[in-house]
Amino acid sequence: MSTPDDDHSELSPLEIRVRALESALVEKGYVDPAALDLLIDTYQTQIGPRNGAQVVARAWRDAEFRAWLLRDATPAIASLGFTGRAGEHMIAVENTSEVHNIVVCTLCSCYPWPVLGLPPTWYKSAPYRSRVVRDPRGVLRDFGVELPEATAIRIWDSTAEVRYLVIPMRPGGSVNLSESELAALVTRDSMIGTGLALTPPPLIA
Amino acid sequence: MSYRSHADLGGCTESRPVIPEPEGELFHAPWEPRVLALSLAMGATGLWTIDMARAARETLDDYASLTYYEIWLGGLEKLLRDSGAMVEPPIARPAPLPAAAVAGVLARGWPASRPAQGPARFSVGQSVRTILKRPDHHTRLPEYARGKRGRIERVIGVHVFADASAQGLGERPEWLYTVAFDGAELWGAGDALTVSVDAWEPYLESE
Repeated sequence: MSTPDDDHSELSPLEIRVRALESALVEKGYVDPAALDLLIDTYQTQIGPRNGAQVVARAWRDAEFRAWLLRDATPAIASLGFTGRAGEHMIAVENTSEVHNIVVCTLCSCYPWPVLGLPPTWYKSAPYRSRVVRDPRGVLRDFGVELPEATAIRIWDSTAEVRYLVIPMRPGGSVNLSESELAALVTRDSMIGTGLALTPPPLIA
Repeated sequence: MSYRSHADLGGCTESRPVIPEPEGELFHAPWEPRVLALSLAMGATGLWTIDMARAARETLDDYASLTYYEIWLGGLEKLLRDSGAMVEPPIARPAPLPAAAVAGVLARGWPASRPAQGPARFSVGQSVRTILKRPDHHTRLPEYARGKRGRIERVIGVHVFADASAQGLGERPEWLYTVAFDGAELWGAGDALTVSVDAWEPYLESE
């Protein structure tokens, strides 16, 4: 942590501006500095896309859970311990060979925090938000993803307080994997729809 | 027309590529996590609603040239100025979010659903048309989906109405729907593309 004696000469104008704001808010008693550190730590170490990967892996292995997740995602996801801010109203959508789902927030950066954590920079960027609703295949190419021509594309623009989680297609060769091995195949981008789940490494005979 | 959002980007002309990013890469400067935490902590005091926060951010004049956390910072400064909490003596004195309450507050979140006061006007499968006119305040119907024919895909429930909440008019809950549009309706052409938005009832008319 910094101290008041720190030399500010090497700080950027933004760093100085943010420090001034934080100092003013702490001084007025509007924020608890320990709460700030805890909030940052929570999103750096506890709430991230590995949560969502657990949800997907469970859905791949457990048909009853999958049905629950597709029918009523908020309590299904809560049953694994993931609830709250920016995930109060969840909907899960499933990729198949017929339809590929992609999530965006064209108006700001709405994103399912309890299962995916903080959104990546590209998700919040103008290129993604402007292009994906109009030219999703072009955006997918930026991620190195090429879908079969016959696959329909379904875009979910998160314009209200509902948050969307994509259940990617389960890769071939994953029949005998455990839930944690399956979760390791589930990338963040595959749960937004800009990526696919990883293919498991070939079995060593 | 005085209200202008700079954040309504869907379908805008844009030639820059989307640049992928590794999973663990959350911040790009030491001040960014501080802005995140300050925004969350101040948001939790209830001094403003999430819709007021979005309105503050999307109306920053230099929105297009700012990075994401610069937008959050500018929005937070504007919200604080408008709140009356920073003048002496303060007009509003928010109670801080204590560290001990952080986990519980994040786990509960802020559900937007409210009890229904009447039946939903539209049902699943019904054809609707979105309103064309852009209101002179924060709203959540994107420009690309205005005046378009769609169909009700899901009746989500009754939710706090963002347009009212952003203006400080209270929650005024309305029925919320998922409305799906064919790509061809939105863009004139669409190869098996469907796009949906979540739209409150005042955004919709019978087709």
